[in-house]
Amino acid sequence: MKSAYRKLWVFAVVIGFALSLTRPVHAQGSATLLNVSYDPTRELYQDYNAAFAKYWKAKTGQDIKVQQSHGGSGAQARAVIDGLQADVVTLALAYDIDAISEKAKLLPANWQSRLPNNSTPYTSTIVFLVRKGNPKNIKDWDDVVKPGVAVITPNPKTSGGARWAYLAAWGYAYLKSGKSDAAAKDFVTHLYKNVPVLDSGARGSTTTFVERGIGDVLLAWENEALLSVKELGPDKFQIVVPSQSILAEPPVSVVDQVVDRKGTRTVVEAYLQYLYTPEGQEIAARNFYRPRLDTVAKKYASTFPKIKLFTLGEVVGDWHKTQSVHFADGGVFDQIYQPK
Amino acid sequence: MAVIFKQKSILPGFGLALGFTMFYLSLIVLIPLSATFWKTSTLTWHQFWHVVASPRAMASYRLSFGASLIGAFINLFFGVLVAWVLVRYSFPLKRLFDSLIDLPFALPTAVAGIALTTVYAPNGWLGRPLESIGVHAAYTRLGVTIALTFIGLPFVVRTVQPVLGDLDKELEEAAASLGAGRWQTFTRVLLPAILPAAITGFTMAFARAVGEYGSVIFIAGNMPMRTEITPLLIITRLQEYDYAGATAIAVAMLVVSFVLLLAINLLQRWSSGRRGRESSQESAFLGATLKPVLGRGEGQ
Repeated sequence: MKSAYRKLWVFAVVIGFALSLTRPVHAQGSATLLNVSYDPTRELYQDYNAAFAKYWKAKTGQDIKVQQSHGGSGAQARAVIDGLQADVVTLALAYDIDAISEKAKLLPANWQSRLPNNSTPYTSTIVFLVRKGNPKNIKDWDDVVKPGVAVITPNPKTSGGARWAYLAAWGYAYLKSGKSDAAAKDFVTHLYKNVPVLDSGARGSTTTFVERGIGDVLLAWENEALLSVKELGPDKFQIVVPSQSILAEPPVSVVDQVVDRKGTRTVVEAYLQYLYTPEGQEIAARNFYRPRLDTVAKKYASTFPKIKLFTLGEVVGDWHKTQSVHFADGGVFDQIYQPK
Repeated sequence: MAVIFKQKSILPGFGLALGFTMFYLSLIVLIPLSATFWKTSTLTWHQFWHVVASPRAMASYRLSFGASLIGAFINLFFGVLVAWVLVRYSFPLKRLFDSLIDLPFALPTAVAGIALTTVYAPNGWLGRPLESIGVHAAYTRLGVTIALTFIGLPFVVRTVQPVLGDLDKELEEAAASLGAGRWQTFTRVLLPAILPAAITGFTMAFARAVGEYGSVIFIAGNMPMRTEITPLLIITRLQEYDYAGATAIAVAMLVVSFVLLLAINLLQRWSSGRRGRESSQESAFLGATLKPVLGRGEGQ
């Protein structure tokens, strides 16, 4: 019996020693971060992570490996709430990061005021992708709700991008009608009557439109539309820019609880700061996200057409109000599909 | 129960095996399921009813259970046929066809969904000719049924196949020599023997189809009230961080599934009861598959 206990003790000591060895080595020489993001940022963060790793190595000598996780914005937020150890979240809309703050208390409620520009280093908007030659002659939002035009957009309840698309349509009608909620509701009702397929995410909708040949117009993230045209060839599709659209702000944040426990706060904060530097902004612009920095914006002016952008605050309010009025159970979006 | 413990079983390790079975089932099935009920219990009855009986949820149950039943029936018929062919005939590349049956099992559901959508979309191989005769497959209820039929294919084939294989050819020959016609031989000799296994396969195909998400979501079109399956409704609720609402629908689904499975099981007992207490092999086989599902506490 005694020797059995001895063996156990020796075993425990060896394990403990091994563990104590691994810890500090990790902290000094290298670090691994997890960036939990939404679907269309895949290419952006592939480029950005490589650039940041190089920058950080030159500055501090530390090797950084950033792992990426992509999925629907809401699903990603839920994963973090349920315990996915994200050092940083870069999601499609502020509401999803608010949810992490509220449900899991992983970051403070004022997270969005900690970085410049509402913590959104790059922006995007909603544009139309149509088939080559624009056979249905779609010029602006009013053409999209005409009878006989099939519109492809994902379900706003399951897709962050779709929520921006819905709000862009709402905002257009709201501003055009002199701020009438009723007119805006009527407009989005007509819009969604023209939608034959509601995919669950932005990439799914792009596939439906591009590969399956369904629909006349795709309401797309500007970056997705530019990427589609670049990848699939301008001989098949073209982008139509409406007279006005929404300023979509996909925010970023450090996840405080996680970085403090892992001891990665310094590098993670630098990771997000670097997004605001000219280098970071260039990478965003190259991946078709609108940069915030004027100098970079000027350089890429030919990529991003001039468009009148309104903010969410101008047409609805903050995300909490938007969510409860429009996308919650029984909200405006559900009313569109209510059987008469 | 006490009686069971008093008589010493001839088989060794009964206590240990039973204990482990209970532990294992609790860990794998009961605890996750009770968590579902526990989450739902944060709702009042009124809230619960509002969530599970909304017109949109009702429409999704009709689609999910309806399409699953249709899919399972199609598989019941063609599954028996396929099993029959694979057991009784030999033809070139038989082994290849045999292994193809398992493909819907092995394929990741999302891949299956994307493949089916590609084929059945209006510009796909099968979608285009169908479209020209006015049949819309993808993004309709028909598309949902096709996907659910696809994923349920292996169940009936794989449950019926071994039973048919064990069936002596002499039985059929005897039936024939005693003057039975072909149809009589099939309905009176073959069918009773394979029916329990076929129903088991049917049940499993149905159960799998009801919960299917990945392969359906791409082909369904996901329009509320028309082509929205219940699992999508659950995902939608989760997306709104409405965990209680999501589990409420899950509970409703679970209860309906349970009742349906129970009904099928009773049907099965009735059908095997009619044949008297023969073929212990089959009922043991069935019991093994169905008892854990239904929790029927019958000791042997």
